[in-house]
Amino acid sequence: MNEKDRKDGFQPRQWLVEPDFVVERDPEKCIQCQVCVRQCANDVHRYDEDDETVSSDSSPCVGCHRCASLCPTGAISIKRSELDFRPHGNWTAAALRNVYKQAETGGILLAGMGNDQGLPVYWDRLLLNASQVTNPSIDPLREPMETLTHLGRKPDRLRLLERDGGVALATRIEPQLELQVPVMFSAMSYGSISYHASMALARAASEAGTYANTGEGGLHRDIRPFGDNMIVQVASGRFGVDSEYLNSAAAVEIKIGQGAKPGIGGHLPGEKVDGAVSETRMIPEGTDALSPAPHHDIYSIEDLRQLIYSIKEATLYEKPVSVKIAAVHNVAAIASGCVRAGADIVAIDGCRGGTGAAPTMIRNNVGIPIEFALAAVDSRLREEGIRNQASVIAAGGFRCSADVVKAIALGADAVYLGTVALVAMGCHMCQKCYTGKCNWGIATQDPYLTRRLNPDMATRRLVNLLRAWKLEIKEMMGGMGINAIESLRGNREHLRGVGLTDRELRILDVKAAGE
Amino acid sequence: MHREPYVIIGNSVAAMGAVEGIRSVDADRPITIISNESHHTYSRPLISYLLGRKVGDDDMLYRPPDFYDKNNIRAWLGVEVIGVDPRAGTLETADGRTIGFENLLIATGGKPIVPPDVEGAEAPGVFAFTTWDDARRIQEYIEERQVESAVVVGGGLIGLKSMEGLVQLGIRTTIVELADRILGATFDDTASAMARRRLEQSGVTVLCGNTVTSVEGTEEGLKGVVLRDESRIECSLVIFAIGVRPSVDVVRGTDIEVDRGILVDERMRTSADGIYAAGDVAQADLLLGDGKLPIPVFPNAARQGRIAGVNMAGGEARWRGGIAMNAVEVLGLPTVSVGLTSPGDDQCEILSELNEEEEQYRKIVLRDDRVVGAIFIGDIDRAGIITGLVRERIDVSEFKDLLLTKEFGLLSLPREYRKHIVSGRGIVV
Amino acid sequence: MKRIVAREEYCVGCRLCEIHCLVQHSKSKKIIKAFREERDSVLPRLRVEESGCVSFALQCRHCEQASCIEACMTGAMHRAPETGAVLCDTDRCVGCWMCIMVCPLGAIRRGPDSHVASKCDLCIGEDYPVCVANCPNEAIALREEDEVNA
Repeated sequence: MNEKDRKDGFQPRQWLVEPDFVVERDPEKCIQCQVCVRQCANDVHRYDEDDETVSSDSSPCVGCHRCASLCPTGAISIKRSELDFRPHGNWTAAALRNVYKQAETGGILLAGMGNDQGLPVYWDRLLLNASQVTNPSIDPLREPMETLTHLGRKPDRLRLLERDGGVALATRIEPQLELQVPVMFSAMSYGSISYHASMALARAASEAGTYANTGEGGLHRDIRPFGDNMIVQVASGRFGVDSEYLNSAAAVEIKIGQGAKPGIGGHLPGEKVDGAVSETRMIPEGTDALSPAPHHDIYSIEDLRQLIYSIKEATLYEKPVSVKIAAVHNVAAIASGCVRAGADIVAIDGCRGGTGAAPTMIRNNVGIPIEFALAAVDSRLREEGIRNQASVIAAGGFRCSADVVKAIALGADAVYLGTVALVAMGCHMCQKCYTGKCNWGIATQDPYLTRRLNPDMATRRLVNLLRAWKLEIKEMMGGMGINAIESLRGNREHLRGVGLTDRELRILDVKAAGE
Repeated sequence: MHREPYVIIGNSVAAMGAVEGIRSVDADRPITIISNESHHTYSRPLISYLLGRKVGDDDMLYRPPDFYDKNNIRAWLGVEVIGVDPRAGTLETADGRTIGFENLLIATGGKPIVPPDVEGAEAPGVFAFTTWDDARRIQEYIEERQVESAVVVGGGLIGLKSMEGLVQLGIRTTIVELADRILGATFDDTASAMARRRLEQSGVTVLCGNTVTSVEGTEEGLKGVVLRDESRIECSLVIFAIGVRPSVDVVRGTDIEVDRGILVDERMRTSADGIYAAGDVAQADLLLGDGKLPIPVFPNAARQGRIAGVNMAGGEARWRGGIAMNAVEVLGLPTVSVGLTSPGDDQCEILSELNEEEEQYRKIVLRDDRVVGAIFIGDIDRAGIITGLVRERIDVSEFKDLLLTKEFGLLSLPREYRKHIVSGRGIVV
Repeated sequence: MKRIVAREEYCVGCRLCEIHCLVQHSKSKKIIKAFREERDSVLPRLRVEESGCVSFALQCRHCEQASCIEACMTGAMHRAPETGAVLCDTDRCVGCWMCIMVCPLGAIRRGPDSHVASKCDLCIGEDYPVCVANCPNEAIALREEDEVNA
C-alpha cells in the first residue's frame, strides 16, 4: 500500500489477524430477539431484516460475554478460537498473533488490565497458619475481632503528661486515615473509567468506611461530597489539581509510578475527554490528556520532599501524603527514600497491577511481583528503624481476602484493590479497556455504554465484596488466634512458603512449610 | 323537612362520576339517584353493540350490580323529575313526591333532536337511538317485521354507530346526511372520505347533501322515505340520529341560568346554591378559547361528574375546560379525533400524513405552536400522547417535526414533561 | 401501592423487558415457544422508546386519576381494589379505543388478535412484574408510592 492510498482513507483488511474467539449461536434456542445485537459495541451480532435472522461475525469479538450474559435463552456461547497453530515452544500462538498485529498496523501493541502472562503468583505459594491445641483460635462471631486500620505516620515514641490526676497525650499525632477494613480502592481515574464507575467506587468506600482514589482524573464535583472517603492523586500531568481539590479529600497521593506500566506516562485520548472529563481534569475538551513519564519537577528524593511538603503546606498539615511507586528492582531503597522525603504512606504497586491502557511489552515485562517488593520494603524500613514513619500499602493484582491477609502478614498496612473492584462491578476481563468500547459500561465514556453501569447496583456489589472479605479476613484471623489486624501486620511467622527457592524464602523472610 | 344530602337526577356516566367523586370525600352519607329510565346504570354507547348483538343484556351494566348497595345509593328508577325549586331546595317527581335536598346534581344528559317538518315521523318503525329501550324496541321491531333495509338519518357518531349495529345484523342500510360529508363535526374532508369509503365497501349507501322529508308508512309498517330531492328509498326502518341537545326541561321555569345547556362554573355549580350540573346537560368552560359550550362526549361527562361530586361533598375540584374528543371504530376502522380538526381560518398550521392504501391518516392542527386538534385513522396507538399535549397546552415548537414520525413518542417530548409522566405518579389530564 | 418507575438514565435499550413481557402474556409462557409459535398473537404490554443513546421502558403508570378508567364507556377499565392496579376486563372491553385516546403516555394499544385494549397488568400473580425482575440494569423499578418522587 502506498501513501496515496492511506490518504484516501483506504483501510486494508488485516488478513493476518485472526479472530480470538468463536461465537456460537444455538439455532434451537435463538429467538431472534436481538438483545445481543443491541448490546454488542463491537458489532459482532447483526440482524438481517430481510431474513429476519440474527447472525454473528466472530472476528471483532473480544470475549466480554455481554451478549451471552443477557441472552434470554442462553443461545450464545463464546469459545476461544480453535484455530490452532502447530505447537511451538518459542513461537506460541500469542507470540505469533502479536507479530501479525504489528505487521498489519505498525503500532505499539496495547493492552488493558494487568499482566496476563501467567507469572507466578507468590500468594499461592504462601500458606497461612492456624491455631491448634496449645493456642486457642477465636470465633469471630462470638468475640470481638478488630479490623480497624490507621494509615499515616506514627510517632517514634509517645510522651505522656500527668494532668489533673490523669494522663494526657503530649505527642502530636500526625493525621491518619481510618479504615474499617484494611483494603481501599486503588487509583482509577474518571476518564479511564466512567462517571458511574467513579461514583460507585466513592459511594462504596463511603458506605464501607474506607477510601477510593481519584487517580489522576481529578475529582468530579458530584464526588466532592464523598471527599472524606477519597484520596486525590497528584500525578505527572497534574490534571484537575488545585487547592480546592487537595483540600476536598482525606489524603493526597503523589503518583510516581504504576505497576502495570512502570517508567512510562499515560495517554487519555482526546475522544474520551468530553465536557465533564475536561472540566474535571481542567483541560480543554477533546484534547489528549498526556501524563509525562516523570514528574518534570522531581529528579531526586529532595525534589520529592519539596512536592510532599508543598502539598502539606497547601493542606495545612491536616492530611496524610502518600507516595505511590511501581514495584521495580530496587524498590526497597526507593521506598526508604520516599519515607525520608516525608511520605506518610508509601503505596507499592506490583507488576500484576491493572491499567486502562499500557503498551503490551511494558505491561508484560517490566517491574517485579508485589510479594517480593512488599517483603523487601517492609524489611528495609524496619532495618532502618523508620517503619513507623510511614504506612505501607500493597497493590497489584489482589484477587481475594486470603491475598490480603497474606500481604498484611508480609508487612502491609493495607491493600489497594483495583481490578477486583472492576470485576465486582461487572468487568469480564476482556482487556480491551483502551478501546473505549467497554460493553459493561465501566471503562468508557460513550454515552451509549456508560448507562449500562447503574451506580446503585455497582455500589451494592462493591459494598458486598468488601463485606464478604471483611468476614473472611476475620475468619482467617480468628483461626490464627489473632483478634486484631494490628497483631497480624508484619507477622511473617504466620506464613510458610511452598515451592519456593531458598533465596525466595530469604527475600520474603518466610520459613518453608514444615519449618 | 328532611333533606337528602345528595340527590342526583340521572343515572349515566356523569351521575356515576359524581357518586365516585362524592365517595372520595364522604364515605357514608346516602346518595339518592333518580332516573326516568328503569335500568340499573348502563353504558349508553354500548346500545349500538347491543343492537348489533355484539354484547348481550348482561354486558350493558356500566358498574357492577352491587354498585348501588356498596355505595349506599338509593336508586329511584323509572321516576321522572318534573320540576326543581331551587329556593326551597326541593324537587318534584311525576308520581307526586316532593324531595328535599342539600345538594342536587342535574345529570339528565341529552335528548334526541326531533326532526322538524318530517311527515310521518311518528309512524311505527321510526326510532331515535339514544337509550337502551330504543335499542331494545328497534331489535324487537326488526325481528317482528323481518327488516331487511333501513335508513339512518344523520351521518354523525350516533348515526354511524346505529348503522354499524344494523350492518352487523345484515340489514342493508342507507345513511342520509344533510351536510356534504359524514362525521362532519369531528372529521376533516379526508377523514370523512376514508370513513365513507369504508362504509361503502361494507355495502352501506351514503347520501350526502340530502335529507328525509317524509316517511311513508302503512298499517303493515314502513314502506320507505322520500328525500329532499324527491327521490325515494324503500326501507322498513328509519332511525333519526340528527343530534342531541341538553335535556334541560327539569329546570325550566326556575331562575337557574340556561343557555344551550345549564350554565356551570369551574366547580360545576349552577347559578343556584347547592345545585350542580354535569355531563351532556351542562354548559361549561372550554379548554381552547373563551366561553362555554356543551360538549357531549363521554370523557368530559365522567370528569365533570366527578368534579361535581367532589364539590358537592365539600371537597374541591375544578374543571379545566372541555374539548371535543372521540374514539370510534367505523366498521373496523379505528379512528380518534380531538379538538379542532378542520380549522376554517389560516392561523393554524397543519401537519398531516396520508396513506390511503393502508387506510392510515394522521393529522395534527397547531395554533401558536400548540396542538389544538388531531385526527388519527388506522394507526391510533399513540394518539393519547397528542391528546395529552392538547390538554397540557405544551409548546411543541421544539419537536414539531417529530410529531408525525414513526418514532414519535414520549422521548420526543421536553425532558421535564416526560420525566413528570414517566417517573412521576402518573398525571391527571 | 407500588408503582413502576423508569430510570431512563440507566436504560440500556436491550429490550429484555419487552421480551419477558411478551412471554409472560403468551399462552405457553415459555420463551422459545412464545417467540416461535405465538409471535402473532401476543404483544408486549410495554414498549421501549429509543432515541439516540436515550431509551426507557414505558408501561402503564396506573395513574391515581386514571384518564382511561374515566373514559372507558363500558366500565371494563377499572382499578383493582386490592392492588390499585388499573386493569382492563377483557370480557367487557368492546374495543372503542377511548382509553387509547386519553392515555397521555400512549401506554395502551390495541390487542394483537382480539378486539380489546392491551395494557400492563403488573403481572398478576407474580411477586414482581417480569419487566422489573428481568431488567439487567435495574432501570425499571417497583417503588412504594411515597418513594416515587423522592
